[in-house]
Amino acid sequence: MIGRYLPYLKQYRASCILGALSKWFEALLELLVPLVMARIIDVGVARGDVSYVLWGGALMLAMGAVGFGCAVFCQRSASIASQGFGTNVRNALFRHIDTLSYREIDKVGAASLVTRVANDVTQMQSAVAMTIRLVVRSPFIAAGAVILCLILDWRTGLIVTAASVLVALVLWAIMKKSVPYYTKNQEKLDRLTRITNENLEGARVVRAFANREKERARFDAAAEDMLGNSIVIGRISAWLNPLTFAVINFGVALILLLSGFRVERGSLSSGDIIAVINYMTQILNAMIVISNLVSLFTKANASMHRVSEVFDMRSSVADGAGCAPDFSAPAVQMKGVGFSYAGTDQYSLRNIDLTIGRGQTVGIIGGTGSGKSTLVSLMPRLYDASEGEVIVFGHDVREYGLAALRSLFGVVPQNASLFSGTVRSNLFWGNDKGTDEDFDEALKVACAYDFVYEKGGLDEKVSEGGKNFSGGQRQRLTIARAVAAKAPVLILDDSCSALDFATDAKVRANIAALEGTTTVIISQRASSLMHADKIFVLEDGGIAGSGTHAELYAQCPLYREICDSQTRAEA
Amino acid sequence: MKKGIRTLQKGLVRRLLTYVAPYKGYVAGTIACSILYVASVLVGPVLYGEAIDAMPGAGRVDFSAVYLMIGCFAGSVLVSFASQKLLNNCVNSLCYKLVRDLRRDAFESLTAAGVRYIDTHAQGDVMTRIVNDVDVITDGLLQGAAQLFTGVMTILATLAVMFAVNYIIALVVVVLTPLSLFVAAVITKKTFRLFQKQVRIQGELVSHVKEMLGGQKTVILFNEEKYSEKKFEGINARLNEIGWRAQYSSALTNPGTRFVNAVITAFVGVLGCIFCILSDGGLLTLGTLTLGGFTVGKLSVFLSYANQYTKPFNEISNVVTQLQNAFASAARVFEVIDEPGERTEGTAHLSSCRGDIAVEGVRFSYSADKPLIEDLDLSVKAGSKVAIVGPTGCGKTTLINLLMRFYDPLAGRITVDGTDIRDIPLDEYRKLFGMVLQESFLSGETVAYNIAYGAENASRAQIEEAAKAAYCDFFIRNLEKGYDTVLTGNVNISQGEKQLLCIARVMLVDPPMLILDEATSNIDTMTEMRIQKAFRKIMRGRTSFIVAHRLSTILDADLILVMKDGAVVEQGTHASLMEAKGFYYRLYNAQFAGAEQGA
Repeated sequence: MIGRYLPYLKQYRASCILGALSKWFEALLELLVPLVMARIIDVGVARGDVSYVLWGGALMLAMGAVGFGCAVFCQRSASIASQGFGTNVRNALFRHIDTLSYREIDKVGAASLVTRVANDVTQMQSAVAMTIRLVVRSPFIAAGAVILCLILDWRTGLIVTAASVLVALVLWAIMKKSVPYYTKNQEKLDRLTRITNENLEGARVVRAFANREKERARFDAAAEDMLGNSIVIGRISAWLNPLTFAVINFGVALILLLSGFRVERGSLSSGDIIAVINYMTQILNAMIVISNLVSLFTKANASMHRVSEVFDMRSSVADGAGCAPDFSAPAVQMKGVGFSYAGTDQYSLRNIDLTIGRGQTVGIIGGTGSGKSTLVSLMPRLYDASEGEVIVFGHDVREYGLAALRSLFGVVPQNASLFSGTVRSNLFWGNDKGTDEDFDEALKVACAYDFVYEKGGLDEKVSEGGKNFSGGQRQRLTIARAVAAKAPVLILDDSCSALDFATDAKVRANIAALEGTTTVIISQRASSLMHADKIFVLEDGGIAGSGTHAELYAQCPLYREICDSQTRAEA
Repeated sequence: MKKGIRTLQKGLVRRLLTYVAPYKGYVAGTIACSILYVASVLVGPVLYGEAIDAMPGAGRVDFSAVYLMIGCFAGSVLVSFASQKLLNNCVNSLCYKLVRDLRRDAFESLTAAGVRYIDTHAQGDVMTRIVNDVDVITDGLLQGAAQLFTGVMTILATLAVMFAVNYIIALVVVVLTPLSLFVAAVITKKTFRLFQKQVRIQGELVSHVKEMLGGQKTVILFNEEKYSEKKFEGINARLNEIGWRAQYSSALTNPGTRFVNAVITAFVGVLGCIFCILSDGGLLTLGTLTLGGFTVGKLSVFLSYANQYTKPFNEISNVVTQLQNAFASAARVFEVIDEPGERTEGTAHLSSCRGDIAVEGVRFSYSADKPLIEDLDLSVKAGSKVAIVGPTGCGKTTLINLLMRFYDPLAGRITVDGTDIRDIPLDEYRKLFGMVLQESFLSGETVAYNIAYGAENASRAQIEEAAKAAYCDFFIRNLEKGYDTVLTGNVNISQGEKQLLCIARVMLVDPPMLILDEATSNIDTMTEMRIQKAFRKIMRGRTSFIVAHRLSTILDADLILVMKDGAVVEQGTHASLMEAKGFYYRLYNAQFAGAEQGA
């Protein structure tokens, strides 16, 4: 599992090894300090040798300085290596996400993918940093201190060992006991957040029903519930410091108690006692760091799993071998096509047979959830059909290279998505070789020329999601982008909904005038499709009727119903 | 300027103290325990130092002194153990209770606030104030204050003991301390700046990923993967550059303090040892100075103090930033708490309501510089059906806002059965209306809870009856737990079905007047028809206002209000308005002409 991420760290191998080594050396020096101190006391003070004391002091200072240098070097290496690791993983992850089809992205959800790219990778990155910085250091100090105590005096060493084990047990028990409560706390906080959100979003409804008091009671109950749980957590974690402190200091008391006899007999010196007490403090600090590391690694492990999940996903849409479109064949044909979304066994489309002739204008109509958008997304292979064949210009879509296939379509998606940049940079998406004249023409077709040039022309800034344009303007810009692509097939997915009737009609007329372009229009408005060469009526994923407006109105009850519900029934 | 901030902070502290006031017991406990804790922790090394001094070497151990000192030391450990546990309990309880109280008050204020407040404030921001900021206050202010208190006490007490034992070494420690503070301050300042930059770039990265994933379909369709990757890698490279520096700089804090500690230890050790050597028979003579004799035991006290003494300094420098954040958050939370509520009282009570509504010379606008409704007059007879039509943004919602008293008119008045609506107690007035909005709002509770939202005491039978009347019984029964299904994000009910539930909710209350908002689109044909049917059923015999998008609704309305740019430009029946050949005529033709031709 971890193995697959090692390559991302490879270029920082030297930093990792040298960093960890230098940190280890610092720890070694730190462990030796109490021994030096003990020597100063036992030799220097006992003999009254001032120069010995001074040399000892100089040695301690030097050890501190060297240790500091080592630590700085380690922190620097660890920062470079871990941040570089994170950068590599992020790049790889984002590149991988780009190869996924819409189907896989749906499965995980866009919001969750953002979290994985941003937070989860950062979590893994800090695990790398902590491994270099602390994984070598802390256990080494804890173990080293215990061993040195045993060497100094095995009897006192045994007490130190016992105290260390006890501290570890305390840390483990408290962590184990409090974790479930932390999970619960998150749930309770989520409930509070939800109630608050409801009272913001539903402010009018709460007021209309005069339910202020009811909502307050609901919130109070949730807050009280959370308080109860928090206090339990508080009680448990409040044991941590007092218990570890008590264990270590009772250990000190016990050591002192036993030391009396041994000093009397001359088998132990006061310098040794001070050294042992020093080691006890070092052990306690190291243990606390280790327990923090454990929770950090638990989190990082969960993050790693989430990131791996994304890396493990393979696009269900594979590149085809490549072939040349046959422009004499019908633009799109579907034969017995069925489709179900990821994770469901319910068919969103079934038994679809249709032909869209070259140069035709075709309309698709149907209620929400009838499968209109799904149907057109099979054409440029946003998804692959679960069964049946989708044929574009004479070849099965799976035979084309993906990029080649998609460049046959100019698509205007349902939600008008623009990208931050300028009007020109957005139009470049459609056609990266387009000239200003091409773009002006596309803008004119989409009835967007006037407002773009009123604002600031092609260099007008577009903010994220195109929020600085109105809904109708955004739709017209996305239409212009698709038109600029000059693709043989133009697909408009309910993309005139924010336009008023006159503009809608004008845009449709302009598009109809584009020579040789096959146009597929999806709409909920019957009026937008009336003049199409052919209309397909979708219901529950199947084709309920096809033909011209007049034919359908005469023969297809559903189509008539739709028209009537949008118009005067008694007309 | 700085003074202004001071007084502001003083005000905040005073207000926070009123929240702490009910928990005086905990505060007293916190103070008492921390004094006890600091004292017992500090006396420990002194006691075992004495014990060490009582065993100077082979054959010279004073056992009774050793035992006494160890006994006292064990006692001090017990006291510090108990006092620290109690201290933690007090601080935790105080914090969590304060969190609850602050949240409760903020939420109460939110529910009392006018709709204007909610309309004009970003929801995410208000949410952050109630959820996160409250945590920041208690984290920073209480934990911070507690830490500051014990920290300062530890420093003072340590200094006192050190000076008492040997003031020369104590002076050396005091002189070396600023070194530690200086190192910490420099690192913190640099780190803070770098982290700020890092947060900014991280934000850029996230918004790029969001933008690209949100438009993934478009990215794929236009074959722009390479472009998006290149941009990502560019941002990521910048993040790398700032990121490692920020990390490096913040990672210097620990080695920095460890180094300062090492220096202090070395100085204390050397000086202490020399003093031990120079001490003779309980006296230390340095030239003309004479001090108490220095011993190995006392040295051990200094060594452990020098360690303990630098720790609070690091904590205190953290506390300062924490306190600043806490004050900022407190100001934000109190802003919510201080939001004035709606005026709810009134003296007029309608014992029964016919439903005659009159709007007389009403003027209204959301902001002073953009006049919206000027001098609006309307008269609606009880039981009539009023359709409101007009292009988007013409003020249909504003009319609803005024009728529901979500906003009050700037001039003029609205009456129900001749009574000015501002004289009726707010809740009583609003209960006269049943409201179904296009954006159906349901609570994350069970289906039954939601239907009974306006009628607390409704029985299950009544709830089901209302559901049947609103044509939602059948799909509710198909839900996993029927009426007890909790409506969370993963329950699969459509927008249209949600609206049906909202209709059932109103049916159960049975109000004398209605405000309905027809859905424009996104509802499948079957559900759409059910909603129409339910609307027709519920409107029978009630004064109803309906924001209309359907011809069938408009045609059989008793009164059509045609709105444009905030004003009612025409009113009348369909026939009379068509005859007038005015704005309605044009609107009607533009919107429905295409469809009509075909039909």
